[in-house]
Amino acid sequence: MTAPTPTSTTAVLRLHPHAGITRRRLLSAMAASMALANGACSPPSRREAHPWANLPEAGAGALPLYYATSFVRGGYAHGVLVGTQEGRPIKVEGNPAHPASLGATDAYAQASVLQLWDPDRSAVARRRAAGAPPGASTASSWAEFEQAWRARPRGGLHVLTGPLTSPTERALLAALLAREPGARWHVHAPGADAAAAEGTRIAFGRDARPIWHLDRARCVLALGADPFAEGPGAVRQAMDWARARSAARDAGALPAALLAAEVAPGLFGARADRRVALAPARIEQALRRIAAPWVPEAGTPPATDPAVADFERRTLAALHGAGADSVVIAGPDLSREAHALVLALNQRLGAVGRGVDFIPPPDAAPDAGTLAELVDALHAGTVVTLLVLGANPAFESPGALEVASALPRARLLVHAGLHVDETAALADWHLPLSHAYEQWGDALAHDGTASLQQPAIAPLYDTRSTSELLALLADDPQRDGRGLVRRQWQRRTRLGAAAFEGFWQESVRSGVIANSAFPALALPAARVAPLPASAPPPLVARFASDPATHGGEYANNGWLQELPRPFSKHTWDTPLLMGPRTARRLGLGTGDVVQAEVFGRALRAPVWVEPLHAEDVFTLPLGGGRRAAGHVGDGVGVDAWPLRPVDAALAPLAITRTDARHAFATTQKGFSQEGRELVRTLPPGAALAAEPARAALYPPFASPVHAWAMSIDLDTCIGCNACTIACQAENNIPVVGRDEVERGRAMHWIRVDRYEGTADGGSRFQPVPCMHCEEAPCELVCPVGATVHDSEGLNVQVYNRCIGTRFCSNNCPYKVRRFNFLQFSDKTHETLAAQRNPDVTVRDRGVMEKCSYCVQRVARARQHAERTGVALVDGDVVTACQGACPTRAIRFGDLNDPGSDVVHAKASPRHYALLGELNTRPRTTYLARVEAKE
Amino acid sequence: MSRPAVSHGSDVLRPGWGYADVTDKIAGIVLTRRPGRVWVGAFFATLAGTLAYLAAMGVLFWKGVGLWGIRMPVAWGFAIANFVWWVGIGHAGTFISAVLLLLRQKWRTSINRFAEAMTLFAAAMAGLYPILHLGRPWFFYWIVPYPDRMNVWPQWRSPLVWDLFAISTYLLVSALFWYLGMLPDLATLRDRARARWKRVAYGLAALGWRGEARHWARHESAYLLLAGIATPLVVSVHSVVSLDFAIGNTPGYHSTLFPPYFVGGALFSGFAMVLTIAIPLRHAFKLHDFITDVHLDHAATVLLATGAVVAYGYAVETFFAFWSGDRFERAMVVDRWTGVYAPWYWLMIACNVALPQLLWCKRVRRSAAALFALALAVNLGMWLERVTIVVQSLHHDYLPSAWGDFWPTAWDWIFLLGSISTFAWLFLVFVRLLPAISISEMRELVKETS
Repeated sequence: MTAPTPTSTTAVLRLHPHAGITRRRLLSAMAASMALANGACSPPSRREAHPWANLPEAGAGALPLYYATSFVRGGYAHGVLVGTQEGRPIKVEGNPAHPASLGATDAYAQASVLQLWDPDRSAVARRRAAGAPPGASTASSWAEFEQAWRARPRGGLHVLTGPLTSPTERALLAALLAREPGARWHVHAPGADAAAAEGTRIAFGRDARPIWHLDRARCVLALGADPFAEGPGAVRQAMDWARARSAARDAGALPAALLAAEVAPGLFGARADRRVALAPARIEQALRRIAAPWVPEAGTPPATDPAVADFERRTLAALHGAGADSVVIAGPDLSREAHALVLALNQRLGAVGRGVDFIPPPDAAPDAGTLAELVDALHAGTVVTLLVLGANPAFESPGALEVASALPRARLLVHAGLHVDETAALADWHLPLSHAYEQWGDALAHDGTASLQQPAIAPLYDTRSTSELLALLADDPQRDGRGLVRRQWQRRTRLGAAAFEGFWQESVRSGVIANSAFPALALPAARVAPLPASAPPPLVARFASDPATHGGEYANNGWLQELPRPFSKHTWDTPLLMGPRTARRLGLGTGDVVQAEVFGRALRAPVWVEPLHAEDVFTLPLGGGRRAAGHVGDGVGVDAWPLRPVDAALAPLAITRTDARHAFATTQKGFSQEGRELVRTLPPGAALAAEPARAALYPPFASPVHAWAMSIDLDTCIGCNACTIACQAENNIPVVGRDEVERGRAMHWIRVDRYEGTADGGSRFQPVPCMHCEEAPCELVCPVGATVHDSEGLNVQVYNRCIGTRFCSNNCPYKVRRFNFLQFSDKTHETLAAQRNPDVTVRDRGVMEKCSYCVQRVARARQHAERTGVALVDGDVVTACQGACPTRAIRFGDLNDPGSDVVHAKASPRHYALLGELNTRPRTTYLARVEAKE
Repeated sequence: MSRPAVSHGSDVLRPGWGYADVTDKIAGIVLTRRPGRVWVGAFFATLAGTLAYLAAMGVLFWKGVGLWGIRMPVAWGFAIANFVWWVGIGHAGTFISAVLLLLRQKWRTSINRFAEAMTLFAAAMAGLYPILHLGRPWFFYWIVPYPDRMNVWPQWRSPLVWDLFAISTYLLVSALFWYLGMLPDLATLRDRARARWKRVAYGLAALGWRGEARHWARHESAYLLLAGIATPLVVSVHSVVSLDFAIGNTPGYHSTLFPPYFVGGALFSGFAMVLTIAIPLRHAFKLHDFITDVHLDHAATVLLATGAVVAYGYAVETFFAFWSGDRFERAMVVDRWTGVYAPWYWLMIACNVALPQLLWCKRVRRSAAALFALALAVNLGMWLERVTIVVQSLHHDYLPSAWGDFWPTAWDWIFLLGSISTFAWLFLVFVRLLPAISISEMRELVKETS
């Protein structure tokens, strides 16, 4: 080697101990430095990163990778498959292996992915210095918290949680409580039906939880209950009912009779054959008259109520007719004595073991105290350290308890949650919890089936799961979430290492522990207690959680806030509901603001006069008026929690009107069909007349390979809105906010229209996505060809060609097109960008958009078929709305495949096209709703 | 040598006007008369309005059309209504210049110039709206068929594409017709102007007109030819504009009546605007001898006739809604009568159908004040008609679930008033820069009536 010339570069090289460096060595050193530099780009993962240890065969960016896990709401597991693309969870599907899902989801599960990416999520531990005002906390760290926790004053530990079914969390909590003498656990379940639990104790002398099998019932009577919407098993119940109804219809048999007496309109009542709207006291009276033939010991029934005589007569006939195939379901509006009576009635009808089973309550916590007891302890000064885990009692608690003023009496208040919420503001320490999709965990389903959680993404922030937090607090040697859950199940199953590994792999893969549902209880003959005979107050308030934000828990979720409530179609609000006659008597109308007073606590709330609401009773939705929900949920609606009594679901209410007015942001103004046959109905077994063929001006488009089409069964649609949110999540549909909804600019690609039904207040729902007309009026009028037909019959919108004339929307008779009047998609919050589906364009202002039949899913399936050489089969393409639908009312498939589900649906005698007389030849068509003739 | 001709007086020109008097009077308005206080006040007021309009456009381009009250299902609002209204107004000028020329109606002479200017300005105001109303206005040129390397063309079945051709052709021919007719007058101004820059400016604009017999001969045949070309355009423009609606399937849009009904309405609103301008113009510049009560009478008669066409349109529309048995059409008409926009509809009927019946009375036809008030009412009525068609038809269409009401925001009004202000400003500038009445044709009239 020649001596290098003395340049600056070579001078450096000469300093190197190995002056004789070769080009090859230099390059390898550079490559190594690059690799090291790359490694420094992000901090090393705190723990094992499981999901991406082995890249899936399909590769990133192709098929989404699904993780079976559980979304936990109210303590109960809802089995989901979290779809990730490029490592980001973007869409949730139901877990077909999970008993509460069977592949379907509700709107909450669909919206849970936005909760994960909520920019307002708590990202860091926070400490509030002693004496600092509420909310004045500063960022701290887990290490500092650990120090503070070790140095905490000993004794007097109280832990407050929500309903808890997780075996791992409960074991860890028990271990923590066992370490601390005198430690106490309290459970606060704001949405739980206390009267139902007490009713079970009256009837059977023990705690039990009913599991309804609506597929086995030929008559379902719901009293103040909504089995299609309430409780952790609602999705399953709706699905069971729909499946049985379809089977009966196909077999030419009469479907199950549904009967409902309810206070406020509910999804079950909307679908019921007969429905009455009654105040709770009158529902109980009706119950006593209906139950009398079977449960005579309940006492002499009250005198007949002429208004409901017809309903009762039909109900009795239906119960007698169905006999043991009946079920009677009571809801939170009824007293515990009424619940006991309903349990006895089910037993006497012979329903137990057929239409209903009883299991031990999966969330039973016999040794746990209540929130009221915790408040007493706080006032007594016996609470030294209070740990609030995943609960928000400072907001979600009855006003009479004065929780917010009692909480600071704990010497050390530690709050752990997803958000820096109202309770966190009072706490000395706030700890950020991981989202369900970031953590290992477990929880029980409504029927007791153990469900596992696995992370679909590493935690976005420095968060811990509840199990990990409890392990830290209890000084458990195992701190890793996965290790904790594994250890718990290893202990529980007592399997050997190899056998456990197989069990574990299978359980994690499917998301459920196989065959872990609770066995049915053998219960003694039910006893009944006399129902209170005292006259109810003239005007009562009932408290019901807001059907979209789930009592305020999801108040910061824009998708849910903007979700039109099923009956009123209002968004971004929590109005006080009342019946029309009550409103007239009080001289009130929709939009009037009233002062509502319960036991001296007052609230100003806007009135919504709901024609389907019972008279002499008011519904106060819980969940509005959040003060520390985040930038979306703060100040939306009014907070009725302060008015809620501690131990009753009902309270006497005084109402005075104010001069103020309130404007609601609704997505549908009128509910009459105006004599137009939009939702068609048929008596059982009947057929619709065939539509005449009509000529068209332009030649038809050919769809030689695939011809995609959709069929929506209005007979099984219950109007639950799961499709709307599923579509919003899948298709990057922006949230526009309250004012823009009021201006008529909501962006939902599939809306659920509601029309008045039968005279007794049933409702008919009709989901309306794009019809993908073969003679599409929109295509004709676009001057730039931004909306065109594709070779598979889809009416596609070409965003980057659209100049925004909006002529297409004017010419769409179904008004399914949505326009970006302003910049609606949120570009300011970084995490929201991560939620977006990479296969779907994010639309900017000025362009039209609409349902695409999830064209990205169609393309994905087609590409997969091309890559693998396996032809597409029916069911390979599932649209987002179809996948979510709990009653499987939406079917999608290929018209060129004669065996496809959708071809089968379109051959039904109930098949019709919406506004078929316009000759738009829609690819989306409907199946008429079957309604028993009067 | 015979004495120069002096008018003896006729329906269309008062007596005592010689060639030079006519030229002095009309050219004087442009060249010698000092601007009055009213003109200056109006100029600055409308200039402010014009600048505000430009600023509002800036905000619109920055924020998007969500500033307006448009929504689903009423995706078109004031912008499209204003567009149709202005296009309609733009009809009278060409009708007066071309059709009445071909029909040898002498009374057109003293009003055709400013009516043509009105046409141009109205069409310009109209032409802005289709661009302003776009979601992405910077791509407006995608409607134009131009060779594009992606081989993308406009979608020819869309009436919006036909609109582009109809409006741009109309604008082009109207401008040519106006300019060609003005050549001799520009030469006159060139010859009479004292300031050098004016002589240069008018001279350049006059394209070397020297008043030779050959010039006149060619000018006249070119003028007649252009009149022949412009005449079918009077019918075609608003017919095509009406197809923007008639091609659509919305009840209230979807009607074969629309082309003739829109043309009738256009002439109706155009003549109303001619009167709205002629009466103050005559008053301000003391042109009573040129624009006589007979002119007003004739214009009023046209107003009455076209008003009858419009009224017939309303009647037929209503009749067919019921006669067709189409429940959507029927519901649309009933909503027009009784729905939230009923006050607008009945005010429109009052302005367009009821009030014009006063024109059967000769005293009203000859009263400048009454005609001016009536013309304003018809302008308002025709604007309401456009709004009713655009908005009311959309707000209650097929699915009751999707119904919704449009209410204008402040921005909607700013964009309407802004265009009126700009129109007025352009007109104020026009009367000071160019002869508002054709000098050469008036001189012909002197000859003919002497």
